[in-house]
Amino acid sequence: MTFFIEVVITGLLGGLMYSTVGLGFVLIFKASGIFNFAQPVMVLFAAMFIAGLNQEFGIPLWQAIPLVALLMIGVAWVIERFVLRPMVNQEPILTFMATIGIFFILLGLAEMFWGSENRTLNVGIPRGPVFIGDILLQSYRVYSSIIGFIVVLLVVLFTQKTKMGRVLRAVADDHQAAQAVGIRLTTVWWVVWSIAGLIAIVAAIIWGGSIGVQPIMVDVAFKAFPVLLLGGLTSIPGVIIAGLIIGAGESVANVYLGPLIGGGIGNWFPYIIAMVFMLYRPQGLFGEKIIERI
Amino acid sequence: MFYKKSGQFKTSYDADQAMLPLLQERISIFVILAVAFLVIPLVATTYVINSLLMPFLIYSLAAVGLNILVGYCGQISLGTGGFMAVGAISAWNIIERIPDMPVLAAFLLAGFITSATGVVFGLPALRIKGFYLAVTTLAAQFFLIWLLQQPWFLNYSATGVISAQDISVMGWTINTPVEKYLFVLVVVIVMTLLAKNIVRSVTGRKWMAIRDMDVAAEIIGIRPMATKLQAFAVSSFFIGIAGVLWGYLYLGQLEPAAFDVYVSFDVLFMVIIGGLGSILGSFLGAAFVVLMPLALSFLGGILGLGTAMVAYVETFTFGVLILLFLLAEPHGLAHILSVAKQQMRIWPFPY
Repeated sequence: MTFFIEVVITGLLGGLMYSTVGLGFVLIFKASGIFNFAQPVMVLFAAMFIAGLNQEFGIPLWQAIPLVALLMIGVAWVIERFVLRPMVNQEPILTFMATIGIFFILLGLAEMFWGSENRTLNVGIPRGPVFIGDILLQSYRVYSSIIGFIVVLLVVLFTQKTKMGRVLRAVADDHQAAQAVGIRLTTVWWVVWSIAGLIAIVAAIIWGGSIGVQPIMVDVAFKAFPVLLLGGLTSIPGVIIAGLIIGAGESVANVYLGPLIGGGIGNWFPYIIAMVFMLYRPQGLFGEKIIERI
Repeated sequence: MFYKKSGQFKTSYDADQAMLPLLQERISIFVILAVAFLVIPLVATTYVINSLLMPFLIYSLAAVGLNILVGYCGQISLGTGGFMAVGAISAWNIIERIPDMPVLAAFLLAGFITSATGVVFGLPALRIKGFYLAVTTLAAQFFLIWLLQQPWFLNYSATGVISAQDISVMGWTINTPVEKYLFVLVVVIVMTLLAKNIVRSVTGRKWMAIRDMDVAAEIIGIRPMATKLQAFAVSSFFIGIAGVLWGYLYLGQLEPAAFDVYVSFDVLFMVIIGGLGSILGSFLGAAFVVLMPLALSFLGGILGLGTAMVAYVETFTFGVLILLFLLAEPHGLAHILSVAKQQMRIWPFPY
């Protein structure tokens, strides 16, 4: 039983990581209706620049991270100015395809600068086992999920308590009404993509520390998509709860189901959870009810 | 100019519904086919056939398949790679495990197996739409590749790669590049004709009704469930056959891991760049995507970049081109072509 609880808690902690990637995504989707397929690669992009600056140029991490934060804000500006603005009012499938374009651009840029070798990224999060009662956990996971939780909290505070947050919520509610009261959509998009970039940095640091900085990170970040579906694309609480469900489900399946049907099921199991769930509830856990009119 | 409709009268319904209503179009198709069948086998080098024509033809077939689903029925799919793998691996297993299996029958059967797989993963489309569906089809991509990597499917091959059996059709053993090229060409032409006629038929019009607005389509008496699943089945059949050709005639070996999610992106890109809802567009898109990396690596060779660097620059340029195309011509290459045709028709007048 203790072992089962360990497995579940490890999964829950891992799931919070998916939530952090999913969070940036939800913000973008709410503010602009764009399904940002490039979010996973933003994580890789940030991780490679932090690790590259640190190891190739010897810039200490505490300087490299703010530098990359500035870079992500710059990237957000470029994306807003040269991709989103001209693509306003295009069909959703085309904006979706445009984010796949951004996906390849960021991937190619990161590799052009830093190659594709595996780098380590260690910001000094403690490692090693830790006991809570009888339950054995990895302290890295515990600390990283605390960080993830803080990020979520910050985002919630930002959207609920600041002026900019109120603007974001207004835009998410109704684009045209927001424009009518004098909100600049372009600024909002820039801010939102910047926040998504900053969240990607956090995910980059945490994942870079546990699996190393390498292109395979994108595959791990792909698992944020089922989390989004399950949570319902537009809901911040949804993405967190879905992250926990998927994390726990994946971890339990890996330990108990994996040996029965062959390993490596972590890649697709989250998708199957989301897919089966969505057959019953197409809008996800907390998504807005989909109403169609003719 | 030379592309004039004047003087070409349609005097029967058959003529009105012809696939190529204009004489000029019939002539150009005839010329293209003549070049493809007679000139290319004589003059093309093995390099041109292997690295240019084969991927072009096979990708075109996959793009036609995906276009049926995305362009005609409006259901976004990112599972193309997985379905291609299903086609390839099931063809191998059928030929390996059933003695004296005719190759063509095995290929067809592999197509039908892919169809069935497509229907299973198309089931969520009945409840889920748009982006939700796109991500759900990623489930097909990851799950199918994982499934096909299980040892049984690969006959316990240690490397995860199996080599394709020799194939012969009615006593004709296909082994030289030219023979392989001709075989692929015939298959692609037959399948393209099939696709073109399906999308012109009642079935195709139902798909388009569903694409344009599924609720309204349901109200005028189209069953969304049957129609969507039909689109998934037909599309997966085409993609499965493309997978078979890829494994058997292009690479000569089969490896599930080669059909990764990036193959799905590539094919989706071909469909969008070529033009959603255009069979011709699928070919144009495939030509573009096949030629671009070759051009880039050629340029990279001139500039003296390393192989790895060329690959990175290629990824980057691929992304830039996707964006440029979406910004400049969201309706794809087929639309450019039709605008050009219209201009030629009224030349030298502007309108």
